[in-house]
This record gives sequence, C-alpha cells and structure tokens, in this order.
Amino acid sequence: MTYTADEMMAVEAARRLSNDTVCFVGIGLPSLAANLARRTHAPGCVLVYESGTIGAKPTRLPLSIGDGELAETADSVVSVPEMFSYWLQGGRIGLGFLGAAQIDRHGNLNSTVIGDYATPKVRLPGGGGAPEIAASVRDVFVMLRQSPRTFVERLDFTTSRGDNVRTVVTDLGVLEPRNGELTLTQVHPGANADEVRAATGWELAVANDLRTTEPPTEAELTALRALERA
Amino acid sequence: MAELVSLTDGVRSLVEDGDVVALEGFTHLIPFAAGHELIRQGQRELTLVRMTPDLVYDQLIGAGCASKLVFSWGGNPGVGSLHRFRDAVEHGWPGPLEVEEHSHAGMATAYAAGAANLPFGVLRGYFGTDLAAHTRVAEIECPFTGEQLAAVPALRPDVGIVHAQQADRTGNVQLWGIAGVQKEVVLASKRSLVTVEEIVDELEPRPGAVFIPGWAVDAVACVPGGARPSYAHGYYERDNDFYVAWDEISRDRTRFTDWIREHVLEAVPA
Repeated sequence: MTYTADEMMAVEAARRLSNDTVCFVGIGLPSLAANLARRTHAPGCVLVYESGTIGAKPTRLPLSIGDGELAETADSVVSVPEMFSYWLQGGRIGLGFLGAAQIDRHGNLNSTVIGDYATPKVRLPGGGGAPEIAASVRDVFVMLRQSPRTFVERLDFTTSRGDNVRTVVTDLGVLEPRNGELTLTQVHPGANADEVRAATGWELAVANDLRTTEPPTEAELTALRALERA
Repeated sequence: MAELVSLTDGVRSLVEDGDVVALEGFTHLIPFAAGHELIRQGQRELTLVRMTPDLVYDQLIGAGCASKLVFSWGGNPGVGSLHRFRDAVEHGWPGPLEVEEHSHAGMATAYAAGAANLPFGVLRGYFGTDLAAHTRVAEIECPFTGEQLAAVPALRPDVGIVHAQQADRTGNVQLWGIAGVQKEVVLASKRSLVTVEEIVDELEPRPGAVFIPGWAVDAVACVPGGARPSYAHGYYERDNDFYVAWDEISRDRTRFTDWIREHVLEAVPA
C-alpha cells in the first residue's frame, strides 16, 4: 500500500506507545498517533487531553482538544486547574506529545513568535500547556515536519525546554538525544541521511547504527484510515 | 441571589468600558452570545482575559473592543491562526493590543488563586523559558523546603462571564461535560453573568456536574444556543465546519467587518 509522509509519522509515533502508557495528547498528528496505538497494539494506552478528559476513547478524530466525544467517552472529566495541578504537575502522566514551529538541537521548542517578541513577524498561538507538559512528564515526544526553517540553530523564543525530549518523529526520520544533542537514529523508507541533514538548520549528527524505519503495515494503514474517515 | 435578566440588560448592568472581563469555557460552553452582545454595546478598552481566546476573542479584538489580552493559547483549535488576534499584535489593527501571556498551568493557577481570595498562586513552571521575562511571574522560595517555584498574581476580573446548560429560577447554575475553569472564573470575579441554555423549575443533580449556587452569581440570562459555534454538551454539537470557515472569513479585514455587521451588529440580541 502507498502511504503519505504524515501517515508514516503517525504510525512510527504510535509504535512507540505501549499498553501501559499514560499519554498527554495534543491535537493533530499526536492525537492521530495516540488513537492509532489504542486501536492496534496498545488498547490500554490512556489518553489524557488538556481539556480535562482522562481516559478518552474517541471513535473518530477530534478537531479540538475539547470535542464532546472526548468527554462522553472519558473515564473522568476534571477541571482544567485539576488537570494541570494534580495530574500533570503531580507527575501522574508519563508521556507528552508536543509540536512547535521551531526546534533546536537540544529539543527546546518555540511555539510563541517568529521574530522579536514585542514586534513579531509572526505571532503564533503560544505555549498553552506545552511549558509544563515539557517539564512534568518523563518522556516528551515531538512530532514535526523537518525543514531548515523548523529545525534551527537558534530559536526565536524558548517556549518549552528540551530536557525531557526523548524522541522527535519527523516526515523524514527519527531523532533521539545522544551525547546531549538530537541525533538522527532512523530514516524513513525513501529518505537518506544526506536529505535529512539538508533539511536541518544545524550540523546534524547521524548515529553509527542508523536504521531504516519499517514501512507502515497494511493493518496499521487500515486502522489509521478508518480513524480519519470515521 | 442571582437576578434573571435579558442578555442585553445583564451585559449593560455588569460591564463598563475599561473593565477587566473574562469569558471562559474551555472549547466547550464558550459564551459567544455574550461576546456578541459586548460588541453590539460598543464596549471599548476592555482587558480581555481568557485561557484560549478562540473565535470569540478574535471577534471582539477585530471589532475594536479590547486594549489588552491576557491569555495562554491564542489559536483556532485544530485549524490554525486567529487572524484578527495576529493582525492586532503584528500590525496594530484595529488598534494596538497589549498582551500578557501565560501558560495554561499558570493561568489555571491564577484563576484558582483568585477564587480562593489569595494574592497569588504557586506552581512549578515558567523558569527556563523565555516567557518568564515577558509576563507577570516571580520566582519564590518554598519556606519549608527551599525549592524555587513560580508565583503568578491572582486573576480577579471585574466581570466573569460563562455559559452553562441550566439554571433554576433562583439562579442556581448547573453545567456538565468539560468544565474548564468556569467555576473558578465565576468565584474569582467581582461580578458575574451566566448565560444558560434553559431555565428549569428544578435542577436535577447530575453526577460529576459543576454546581454554582445562585447566591454566588450576579445575573443569569437565558440564551438558548448561546455557545454556538462551540457546543453545549447534551444540547448541540460543536460546529467544526464554522471553525474551519472562520479561517477564511477572518483573514481579510473587510470580509471580517462585513461578517460582524451582518451576524453581530445587525443581528437581534438573543
């Protein structure tokens, strides 16, 4: 089966979630990946959305983090202050997904502004839950399309810190921290290390044991597309 | 005891130019009708407070009601940018907009501190990010352990406005589904207005629902559909198509202004 780069990203991120993962999910690709994991190898994976829904089991992909179906299918719905203080700051959530407009080699992220803060060229939505998600979960997964504009030498603004970033899944491969900086450890089928280097704004380190990602299986793609269609 | 009022009278009696006003509702139960009434009444120089400004503040900002925004995430959820918010920050249209930006955790903590009548809230957050240098936050030391923590000043809006499913005739309010920070904003605000889908003779207690007693609310207005295009759990669904369509409508100043005239200024108040 043929597949898109986004599908490869979602499938590869989903594979890294396990049945006992408690996962803080953002909208878009992270939500797709987490729901795919729940539909395939990790039915016990707990999805927590920042709107306060704990253990949501949506049958179709929500457009927002607060769609009604998330509340209807959740084990519990808590207030936003409770979500951020008891559950996130309380250290109960193991994994958090983040996206951003820019990332640096240390996994620091910018989702606030392009340009100067006071007089921005582009005013982005801002951090939302990201600063404390990045600080409070054990493992941060970042999902981001790779280009020199996004993977930058220097962030315009540090919205969240990269200390807990363990995995960056892009449309070209997977980066993981090795010796204190993000290193290319996997390339997706059809991509090669030179191509990924060219799509990175810093001198990207490549692992000696660089692997090629398994292409999505038919079962993974079928489950993914069923989610998107529903 | 809360007074049962029309939306027009509720907004007129509680909100004045220059007030600090918070319309809350985290994706769910967003008080759009009340926001539109603020626009119709020509409110100016408001400080608008809201975790997720959403379309409702995009509309208020573009209509020229706000001089300052206090927020933690300013996007169109699942769609992209809020173009009127961006235009105000990037180009000062229709006027300059001062921003005070927080994280979600910081803002939720600040509302909870306001509700608790405390001067500030405390959390682990902000430091190590660039936000700390651009917002109202201070580093404090835990007097017991010495740990460095972030203090955020309590949010105490002049007026808090939320939407709920039901109220009874004495203004007791019940809402359920995603509850956001609605209880906190009502209790943190000096004055409060709750718009509801319906007024019932007797509220039927629901497990997990948020109950706000009428004696803690100033005014209740019955505004069926008052959260559209967001949703009211058990009443109607989120109009996701409109959220997508807003991207185009709001991109262009003229198209936006026409939309506001047709759908807000010339619309009959609810």
